[in-house]
This record gives sequence, C-alpha cells and structure tokens, in this order.
Amino acid sequence: MPRPGLVLDVDSSTPPIVFHHGEDFVLEKLPAGRSRVIYPPEPHEGLEDTDAAIRHALEHPLGDSQPLSTLLFSGMKLTICFDDISLPLPPMRKPDVRQRIIEAVLDTAAAAGVDDVEIIAALALHRRMTEDELRHAVGDRVYDAFAPSGRLYNHDAEDPDGMLEIGTTDKGELVEINKRAATSDLIVYVNINLVSMDGGWKSTATGLSGYRSLRHHHNVHTMQHSKSFMDRHASELHHSNWRMGKVLRDGGVKVFQVETTLNNDTFGTSALDTASPLSMLQKREWEWTAKDRATFMAVQAGLKRMPARAKRAAFQSWKAPYAVTSVQAGEVEAVHERTLEQNFAQHLVPVEGQTDVLTMGLPYICPYNVNSVMNPILVMCLGLGYFFNMYRGKPPVREGGVLIMRHPTPWEFHPVHHPSYIDFFEQVLSQTTDPVEVEKYEQAFAEDEWYRHLYRTSYAYHGVHPFYMWYWGSHALQHLGKVVIVGGDPKAVRRLGFAPASTMADALEIASDVVGPAPTITHVHNPPLLMADVT
Amino acid sequence: MPDLSIAAALDGQRIAITGGTGFLGTALIERLLRRAPGCELVLLIRPSQRRSVGQRARREIFKNDAFDLLREQLAGSAADGGETFDDMIERRVRVIGGDVSSDGLGLDEAGREVLATCDTVIHSAATVSFDSPLDLAVEVNLLGPSRIASTLHDICEPSRLPHLVAVSTCYVAGNRKGAAPEEPVDENAFWFGVDWRKEVAASRRSRADFEAESRRPDMLARFRKEARRELGAAGAPLLAAKTEQRRSAWVSDQLVEAGRTRAASLGWPDAYAYTKALGEKALFEHARSPVTGGSDLPFSIVRPAIIESSLAEPSPGWIRGFRMAEPVIISYARGLLKEFPGVPEGIIDVIPVDLVCGAICAVAADGPARNDDGTLAPPRIVQSASGSANPLRYRRLVDNVRSWFTEHPVYDSDGQPIVVPEWNFPGRGRVQAQLERAKSVIEKAESTLQALPLRGRQAEWASNLESKREDVERALTYVELYGAYAECEAVYGVENLLDLHQRMDEASREAFGLDPRVIDWDRYVSEIHLPSVVQHARVKTTPGSTDRESRSSRLRRQVLSPDRHVAAFDLENTIIASNVVASYSWLATRRLPPEDRLRFVLRTLAEAPSLLSADRKDRSDFLRQFYRRYEGAPVDQLDADTVDMFSHLLLTKSFPAAIRRVREHRALGHRTLLITGALDVAIKPIMPLFDDVICAEMTVAPDGTYTGELTDVPPTGEARAQALFDYCDLHGLDPAESVAYADSTSDLPLLEAAGFPVAVNPEARLSALARKRGWLVEHFDKAKGGSHPLLPIGPSWNQTTAVATRTATSGRTTGGGS
Repeated sequence: MPRPGLVLDVDSSTPPIVFHHGEDFVLEKLPAGRSRVIYPPEPHEGLEDTDAAIRHALEHPLGDSQPLSTLLFSGMKLTICFDDISLPLPPMRKPDVRQRIIEAVLDTAAAAGVDDVEIIAALALHRRMTEDELRHAVGDRVYDAFAPSGRLYNHDAEDPDGMLEIGTTDKGELVEINKRAATSDLIVYVNINLVSMDGGWKSTATGLSGYRSLRHHHNVHTMQHSKSFMDRHASELHHSNWRMGKVLRDGGVKVFQVETTLNNDTFGTSALDTASPLSMLQKREWEWTAKDRATFMAVQAGLKRMPARAKRAAFQSWKAPYAVTSVQAGEVEAVHERTLEQNFAQHLVPVEGQTDVLTMGLPYICPYNVNSVMNPILVMCLGLGYFFNMYRGKPPVREGGVLIMRHPTPWEFHPVHHPSYIDFFEQVLSQTTDPVEVEKYEQAFAEDEWYRHLYRTSYAYHGVHPFYMWYWGSHALQHLGKVVIVGGDPKAVRRLGFAPASTMADALEIASDVVGPAPTITHVHNPPLLMADVT
Repeated sequence: MPDLSIAAALDGQRIAITGGTGFLGTALIERLLRRAPGCELVLLIRPSQRRSVGQRARREIFKNDAFDLLREQLAGSAADGGETFDDMIERRVRVIGGDVSSDGLGLDEAGREVLATCDTVIHSAATVSFDSPLDLAVEVNLLGPSRIASTLHDICEPSRLPHLVAVSTCYVAGNRKGAAPEEPVDENAFWFGVDWRKEVAASRRSRADFEAESRRPDMLARFRKEARRELGAAGAPLLAAKTEQRRSAWVSDQLVEAGRTRAASLGWPDAYAYTKALGEKALFEHARSPVTGGSDLPFSIVRPAIIESSLAEPSPGWIRGFRMAEPVIISYARGLLKEFPGVPEGIIDVIPVDLVCGAICAVAADGPARNDDGTLAPPRIVQSASGSANPLRYRRLVDNVRSWFTEHPVYDSDGQPIVVPEWNFPGRGRVQAQLERAKSVIEKAESTLQALPLRGRQAEWASNLESKREDVERALTYVELYGAYAECEAVYGVENLLDLHQRMDEASREAFGLDPRVIDWDRYVSEIHLPSVVQHARVKTTPGSTDRESRSSRLRRQVLSPDRHVAAFDLENTIIASNVVASYSWLATRRLPPEDRLRFVLRTLAEAPSLLSADRKDRSDFLRQFYRRYEGAPVDQLDADTVDMFSHLLLTKSFPAAIRRVREHRALGHRTLLITGALDVAIKPIMPLFDDVICAEMTVAPDGTYTGELTDVPPTGEARAQALFDYCDLHGLDPAESVAYADSTSDLPLLEAAGFPVAVNPEARLSALARKRGWLVEHFDKAKGGSHPLLPIGPSWNQTTAVATRTATSGRTTGGGS
C-alpha cells in the first residue's frame, strides 16, 4: 500500500534534500527550525490489465453516453485525436497508453465497419511531432497503417482550410476547432491526465483549436484569475474551456472522451527495475540505503564529467516507467470529474498555512522541451507556471513572499523548435517583463507570417507561444514579492526579471531583504510531482 | 622711435595670398581681415574637380572656426546697421583660380588682371607634408615661388611690380649645429652649389622611371597578387581597381623615398626643407628682370620654424589640420610611441602660428628692403623662430607633455587610462630597430592568421593585429620623419624679426605680435597646445568603454532607418552557417543505405580542399561544376527532401539574429532580397523569409529529373552587385539607400554597391576591410541550444516519412471536406 504524502519539518538531523537542477541534482541543507518539505504520496498501484481496463471503459461509459461500439456505424466519419508530445513528462515507456487506447478504438471501429478514420495529434499551437515521436505515441502498427495514406497527421491551426468556426460562448469567446474533427460524426479524444490541468473540455477546446480561440483564455487576465489553473473549479482558464465545450456540444460536435491517469513513478521504484539508475530520487532522503547513496554519488560524479550536450541527450532519452492508474471514457465532464479524483489522490498533500519563501528544484524537462532545450522562458514557465500552480486552496507561499528556484537557466534556445522564443527573449523581455506590457506585443508575433511558416512546415512552436509561457506565470508574478534563481546564468536570469544567486544561502539572504530575516520556508519536493492542498 | 603701423601701411593695399586653405594661410587671412580693415584680399585657390574656387573658399576657409571671433564682432555691428560678415567678405575678398604647380599659375585672363593690380603677394602655398613624393614637392615647393615671380614679371607693368613675400622654412639651413642666421641659402658657409635645375629635371625623370618600372610584368603580377591577397575572390573589376591603386601607391612610395634620400644626401632633414631651400635659390634668379635693364621683382622671405597652435590669435590654441608634432604627441599619449629619439638639451624650435602671421604681415607692411636712395636692396629674410630668443628644450617639452598626460590621460577602447611611458632620449637608430622588430613580429603573426580560415570574432583578432601593425608603422614613420627635427641642433637667428618688432608701434605689436620672447613655454604647452591637440585628435579623454559600442549602434541605427529602401542578404554564413556542399551532401545521403552514408560524406569532405580552392578561384565556375552532381535527381524527391533539410540542416545551422534582422527590415518596409549562389530547390523553404530571391536555378529534363545545368550565370561576385542594381532599377529603389549583408570578400562588389554595407561574421580579410572603411560589423551566432551535427548527413529516409511531411505541409489529401 503506497504511503500518503507528508510534510516534514526540517530539524538539525534532517539530511540534505535533493533538488533538481536542470540536468543535474544538488543536495541542499535547508535551515532547521523554520523549513518544511512537502513529499508527494508514493506511486499508486497501476491497473493490473490496462488493455482490459480500456476495453471496459469504452463499453461502460460515464455520464450521458452510449458505449463506444454503439456509437460507431458503417459509413461514418470518425476522428481520433490524442494528446501530443507535451504529455506525459518525461515520455512514458512503450507501449504508450495512447497507443493502447487507439488500437482498442480502431479494433472497435473495424468491427463496426468504419472506413473513414483519421488520427490527429491535438497539438494546438505546439510544434509538430516528428515521425519518431508519432511512432512512440501511437505505435508502429497504427503509424504504418495511417501515416503513409495521410490519415495520421499533426493538427495545423494555421491551415486556412483546416479550421471551422463552431460558434461563440455567452461571454463572446470564439470557438474554432479542427475542421475534420468538427465535421466528424464522432471525435474520440485520447488523453493522458498527468496533472489536473489536463483533460476535460480543455482537450478539444484547446488541443484542436487555434489562435483565434485560444486568445480568449490564454491571456494575462484569465491566468491571473486562475488560482490555480491546476484546480479546475477555481480556474478561469477551465471555466472558459468549459464554456467553449458547451458551444461544441450545442453545435453538434460529438466527443467521446477517453481519459487516463498515471501514477507518479517517474524514475522507477521497483527494486527489480535495473533500468532505473535514478530510483533513489523517488525515495525520501532519510530512507536512502547505502546503495542509494552510493548510486547517487556515482551519478553525480558521472554527470559532472559529461559534456552538456551528452547530458541533455541522456536525460531526454529517459522514458518513465509510469503505470496507468485509471481509464475512464464517455461524456467529457463526467469522465473528467473521475479523472480529477484520481489525479488528486495521487498528487494532493495536505499542507497547513503559508510560508515566506517557497523553494523548488526545476528539472530538465517541461511540456515544451521534449527532445529539445529548456530555454530561460521555459524555466520561468515551469517554475512560476506549472510548479507554482501545483496547489489547491492557496499557494504554499504567502502573498509578497519569495520564490527560490534552482536551475542552470542557460542562455540557450533550440533554433528549430523555439524560433519565436529567441526573438521574444531579445525583443520583448529586453523591454519589459510585466505580463500586461508583454501582452501588447502578442498580436505581432501571433500573426507573423514567418513564424506561421515555421509552425506549419518545420517543427516550431507557434509565434505566440512564448507569450503563453509568460502568461502562465502571471499569477505567480502577481502573488510573489521576488523570484530568485540559484545557479542560473546571471544574464539570462536578469533578463527574466529575476535575481540571480550562486548559492541557496545567498538566495535566502536576498529573500530576507523582501520578507524579513529568518523567513519560514516551504520546499516542494520534486521528483515526483505533487500538489499542495493548502488550508 | 617705433613708428611702423601695420594696419595703416596696409590700408588701401590689395594683397594676394596663395595657400589660403592651409593652416598658416587661413590664420593669415583671418588676421588681415580683422586687424587690417583697410586692405583687400585676392585669394589664389586651386580649383578642384568637385568644387569651384568660390565654394572652396567658403567651405575650406571662411567656415573655419578661426573666423568665429570676426563673425561675432560683425554680427554685433550688423545689429547696429553695419555690414555682416558675408557682406564684408563680398566687399573685401576676391577669389581667383590658380595653381602654383603649373607654369603661368594656370590663371585665366580675369585672374591675370586681378593679380596684376595687387600691391603685395604672399606666397604661403606649399606641400608641407613631410612625406610628399619628390616630384610633387619639387613642383610646388621648389618651383612655386619662381613661377609666381615669372608670372608677375609677365603680367605686371615693370613700374608696378608687387612685393612678393615668400613663406619658406628655417630648416632650409639644413642639418647643422650652431647658428643659422637670416641669410640666403647660398651665403651659408656650408653651401656647395646644388644646381636646382638639375634637381628639377632629375625629379621629373624619377617619376617617369618609377611609372615605367611599376608597369613591368613582374611588378604588375606582384600588385595583382597583393590585391588578391587583400580582397580575395572579389571579382575582376574590383581586383583591377585595387591592382591599379596598389601600383600608383607603389610609385608614390618610391618617390617619397627618393625625396627623403635625396634630401638626406644633400644635408637636409627631409624633402620639404630641401625643396624649399632650392625654391629660395630659384626665386632669387627668377625675381631678376627677364629683360636686361628692367625692374627686378621686389621680394622678401619669411622662414617659420615648426608652426604650432596659436598663442592668442584668433583664439588661444587655435589649430587647423593635424600638424607635425600632433601625431607624435598623440601617439605618445596612446602609449604607442614608447620612445622617441632626441637630444634632451636640444632645442625644439616651435613657433605659434599667430606669431608667424604677425611676422608675415609686418614684412608685407614694411615693404621690400630698400637702400637709402630708394632702390631695391638685397631681399630681406626674416626667420620666425623661437630657438635663439626663447628656446624650448626638448627635455622641458617632454616633461611637460608627460606630466600633462599623466594628469589628463587618454583612455583606451576599454575605457582604461593609458599610462604614458617615460622617455629615455635614445638615439634614433635604437628606436627604429625596436620598432622594426615589433613590426616584423606582427607581420609574421598577421600573415599566419590571414592564411587561416577564420571568421567572426577570431577574424577580429587578425584585424586588430593589422591595426597594431599600422600603429607601429605609423610610429616608425614618425621616427623616420621627425627624428631629424628632434635631433636638429641648429639655432635660428631672429635679428631681422626683432628689428621689425622694435620698429612696430604699440598698436601693431598688440595686433600683429611676432616676438617669440613673449611665450611662456610651460603655460603654452600645458594650457594651450596640448588641450587643443587632444581635442582635435578626438581621442578618448573620459573613462568608460562606450565609444566603440556607440559607433556600431549608430551604424545599426542608420542601417535600420526607415529611410532605407532595400536590404540585400547573402545566405551562406550570413543567414545560415552552411554551404552548397553541405546541402548537397545532406540531400545525397538522404536516400543512401546507412552503411554508405558515412562513406559518402567522408568522400565529399575529402574533396573539400580541392572544392575550396576551386571556389576561391572562381565561384561561378565552381558552382556550375558542382551542381552537375545533381544531374538525374528526380524533381519530386528532391523537393520533398529539401522540406526536411530546412528543419534538419538550414534552421539548425541558422543565425537567429540574422533571421530577426531580415524581419526587422521587412517590418520597416524595406524590400528584402536574398542573393545567393545556392540552388532554388535547396532553399525553397527559406524563401518566404524574403520579399524576393535571386538564386541559381537548375533546368529540368523532360523525364522530371534535374539536368545539373543552370538556367543562368549563378549570382556571384560582381554579378551580385549587378543583381542589386537591376533589382533597384526594376522597383524604382535607390542603391544608395540599400543595405547589404555579406560575410566574405567575394561579396565585396555587393557590399560596395550598397549604400550601407554590413559585414557579417567576416573572415579576416573582410574584417580588416570593414574596419578600415567604417562598415558595420555584426556577429551573428548559431542558437546555442541547437544540435550541431558534425557531418551533414541526412537522417535516414523511408517511404512514410516523405508522405507524412508532404501531407502536413500541403494539406490533406483525404477527408477534410464535409
């Protein structure tokens, strides 16, 4: 039975805590007597027979929905959409759960005599997936059967003929999604709900949409009123998506939602899993065995000798041994409520009250740098966007408090994946880091022909995407008094509008200028992921 | 009883002046206009190709800050109804075209008439540069005064011959120790009868000889080689121009050397003093009436020593141009000249320009020397020098300079103050040897670096080294040129000068002061001269390393001004760090079985040296040859593969800042134009970045394969410049308002065609050129996070890849409609 998460009060006997530091790990000793560390619950047990669970879910739908087999009929137009490369993180070991579901759906469709099937990577304004990435997500069998005939492809939100306007919400938000999907008799959406932000109406209303729709909720106002965007009921981002979902439903777009949840077994816990050299990271430091400690030392020594490029390649090739903990299918909202229960059960840790300082170690990966480079803008988004928002109730740090993150934050960008990020960093952030001011540059980037060209023909995130990264952190920016990055490239850190520090002690010194001496500290232990339920 | 009133004597006089655009001439004109309000001036100015003599006078004389005071005074009087500065110039000054280096002074009829009515002619035109070519110095300095004398004899009534005041130099006395009185050169005890006519003939022959020698095949080959080394494969027209420039520079160098050695052989410090000395001698002959029994031309000679910034008039420290001592002083301040030869107790004979003006005006006012019976006495010679009356010792000067620069240091480009070195007064030979050694070390390093294929910041080292070498060369020149002056131990007598001073009334002494004894050297050096020199030299006198930075941002602002019309870009190494060979290799390996791919790339790379040298020889030929390799490639297949190459090779190796720059130009409304020798098919996906693209295009065979043959000459070298001109023509744009970005000297024609050239990551040669010409240099880097494969190998290809790519880019083939 996996143990629940806990909050550890740091005292003088507490061992140093592991921090992610990009492609490195650092042990930090937190000040005794005023620090606490939030540990996530241990990984939940996976389903015993995932394929059986999938088949069961497809035929026993939740909410107001027929079983999949009764929804399929000969001569119909079926579109299967799936979450893109941004999920899960890191990518999971083969077979990917999307592949299992798509195969099951295709089997059912074949049995029903459905011929017109297309499969779309619902990547919104993310970069196109490469062949290898598509193969990993859907499996070789599906890929080889569909891709050569052009029936498996990446969503293209800038295809002038590929999008369809469905309607407008009661708040005046335009709803536009992929035309093939919109005009199908049924969309089967295949999701992975790694964190509670994912899924629900966000799958179709965001994943299959484009800039004209996204701008209604991917903006500073919405994000500052999503507290947090990981808590769907307190998230303006989700409210907007749910309004759009209503427009889709009312507009006759029929969605059969298949959602899955994973446990948080990022680095492998099984003692038998020899392919998990970093399994000690899943453990609580005081429970490390001598072997764990020795392995950790060896890994650190090895990383130290590795050139940056090799280190990056090694980490990017890591596939997590996640286990699927639930599969549910049927009507979107009913399915998603069940999914959230599973997410929260795996991630939530009850925490009492707020502290002056929040610390976190940022890993090498975020949703937008799979097989790529974690550039400074992504560092901001991961820390102030994703990690900061991993709370329910209120943030574990008080308003006006300080966030201290560890990440090398190199001034590096992937020239193919993130071209508009480079320009955003040079042209926008050099002028302002205030999200409201930043927003003024949005349209020029969003409607830029060159970025559009790169998004459509190369493997580039859309021109507007770096703005979304910045908006993702806007709630945190509003809430926090200061942000410090430990061990980052000082120039890049300053460009982000943050304070660089070379050690945690320096960072705490800088923090006390804002929050007063001897501040109280919360450290969110990662890996693996957790969500603070702060009361 | 002093009774000489200069203003009164000059009242109503018409005074002709040659050399008005020079340092001394400008000061003289200013003084006469301001302090002798009753005189008129006739300025003899050499017409230039670009401007009329009137324009030259306005731009080069009256705009000078020397006239600020007078302008201000007249503005005051104009307010009370008096005449303005311009009115006064209009009334009192006439400008005529003429050239002292041609017989008859090149005067037109009107000019002759005007000159014939002058009462005094002050000849101050000279080529004062100490390193003039021998023939030029001879024509101007040696023959100038005689030509004026002959012309005056020619155009004037014998009874109305004007008084010629010829400006010479104290150094006509030659290298000698001890007293050098105010006497004709041939009365000097050491004169050994140099025949100036033979010197003239010899100098003219030297010019002819060197011109002929420079055209010998081996010499021409050498100039061509040098031009190629400097420019690289810049195309025939530019190479030809550079070769010719090299040739004429060589001839000029030879003549400079000839002047220096001839002067030294006859005992003068340099060609200037030597030609001036013989000029005086020739003047004595030409002043005599050409007809027996006719009137001789009355003349006087004023010999200044080293003329430096003014003591008081028109304002303390006024100076024009970069004069003899300034480059030495500035080189010292910049820490470049660590030692300068000289004798510590030697006399540096410096004389402020306003004292020289005073002497000339006094001589002009006093008229030619006459006997008691009114007949002409032997011409008067007046030396305007400080050495005998108020000597400035070399050590004192150096101490003053050193302490001044210690207190007011000059800053280097990093904003660090430069500590001035202590001088040891070494002999000239030692300094020269030191500098020669430094030069040869730098030259070796430089040629090594030039030979390496360096780019960008590394190339800048080479270019910095070149600038170091030039600095050393300059220092060496100073030592060679001025060393003789610093070591000169002649003491110039000023009896005649002081006699004039004695005879001048109080007002004239105030307005036309010429007495060197009034100079307080410490004050003059540290409070007047050095501040002025430093200001004129535009050296950095404040800390902080902003200068360089601001220069490139100023240039960048010009480049990105909305006023520009078009921005032309080279592709390879300007936008992307790749080339046609890499593209070919990538595409060719795409469909090879894995085991052959590496072998193929290695084979192509092994060819690199020969490809590179073919490219250097003639880029068009190289491209034509190289593109043959595409023969037989199916159009469909290549088109599909290049879409992948766009992401895998081109974008991965792109310079994001360069791409941003293209887009900035577009956003500003400039037309953006890509001019590249790359194949259209290979760069199709990057074309949307630009408004227009000029590139190489291959013809397609009927069977749908490429032929490997080009439809047209690939745009390389001068064809690129032509392409830009044609493009501008077609769209009604102005090439002068165009910006061009390129990385190598083979793009020089394109860069030169553009009004605003930008060198991107330049290789060593272009880096040096860009620095010399003040072009903007940009360092565009690859994105740091990209994967940078060592070898240009296409990722393995399979059936499905191509299809997936095609469907994703060209829309769906199935479904889609409802």
